[in-house]
Amino acid sequence: MTESRDWPLYEVFIRARGGLDHKHVGSLHAVDARMAIEHARDLYTRRQEGISIWVVRSEEIVASDPADADAFFEPARDKVYRHPTFYDIPDEVKTL
Amino acid sequence: MSTRGDSGNHGAFVLRLADSNLVLAQRLGEWIGHAPALEEDLGLANTALDLLGQARLLLTYAGALEGRGRDEDALAYLREEGEYLNCALAEQPNGDFGDTLARQFLFDAWQLPLYERLASSRDPQLAAIAARGVKEARYHLRYSSGWVVRLGDGTAESHGRVQGSLERLWPYTAELFDADDIDRAMQVAGIGVDLGAVRVDWEQTVAAVLAEATLARPGDRPWHWYGKRGEHGEHLGHMLAQMQALQRAHPGARW
Repeated sequence: MTESRDWPLYEVFIRARGGLDHKHVGSLHAVDARMAIEHARDLYTRRQEGISIWVVRSEEIVASDPADADAFFEPARDKVYRHPTFYDIPDEVKTL
Repeated sequence: MSTRGDSGNHGAFVLRLADSNLVLAQRLGEWIGHAPALEEDLGLANTALDLLGQARLLLTYAGALEGRGRDEDALAYLREEGEYLNCALAEQPNGDFGDTLARQFLFDAWQLPLYERLASSRDPQLAAIAARGVKEARYHLRYSSGWVVRLGDGTAESHGRVQGSLERLWPYTAELFDADDIDRAMQVAGIGVDLGAVRVDWEQTVAAVLAEATLARPGDRPWHWYGKRGEHGEHLGHMLAQMQALQRAHPGARW
């Protein structure tokens, strides 16, 4: 058997309950998708953390480059007018 | 075997289920820290804990049926080898990872259809334990059959090794379906199940998984083991010595 460090890496996303988004909870090694789902179940839902699991091969994720952080994210910093904070919110609206 | 009344049969029947789970849970626990991957360590431990949880309920119930005041700990830690009524399959040594998963697969493929039927037992306590166990057994079977397919349909090396595991373990599966006086008495009483029907389901599961795994079903042999009558091979005593050492050295010890 190959060493587990040679097994592909998968990222794990768990939906805690209905109506919530799947959230990234961690990663694990597995030889195939079925095993990844089972490992995710065994590692990340043993204390009733979720009702749905997504796994995705880590190498399939396209990520932004940290070197681009200035160009990507700095320009948003001084544009407070993009936040909807200049409205009075009626008391009746609870979940905005 | 000495003659037993129906209550003795009932207690022995529950104890057989309890002991098979307890012994297999202990075997799986031996893998902790040694599995080929951290993820598998937890996978095996989860299965072990499921089986142990069921064993605790069953042992407690068996103690109550016995009516001699023995609780789950007394039954688990203070009995001798010959008093254990687990199926011989459960006590077989772990061997390599493939041996362990082959043993687990053969066991799970039996336990699931057994629990499905026990869930409608006339004994409400047993039915409740089995109903809870069905969900766990279904996952265990998914996990172990996945590995049998992966190893069987893997490399020439893994295929040959897991085929060898099946050949070695196969003789221990016969007693799972070989109804004796206790099994028959419990079936007549509506407490137990028809082991012939369990076998039909087991054969179907095994045939389907082995076909996908490109493995061959080993041939049946005429001789049978009867772990469920307290007849054990050389391995159980060593395992119990380890499992019981603490309670024997410090009776009544608690965390």
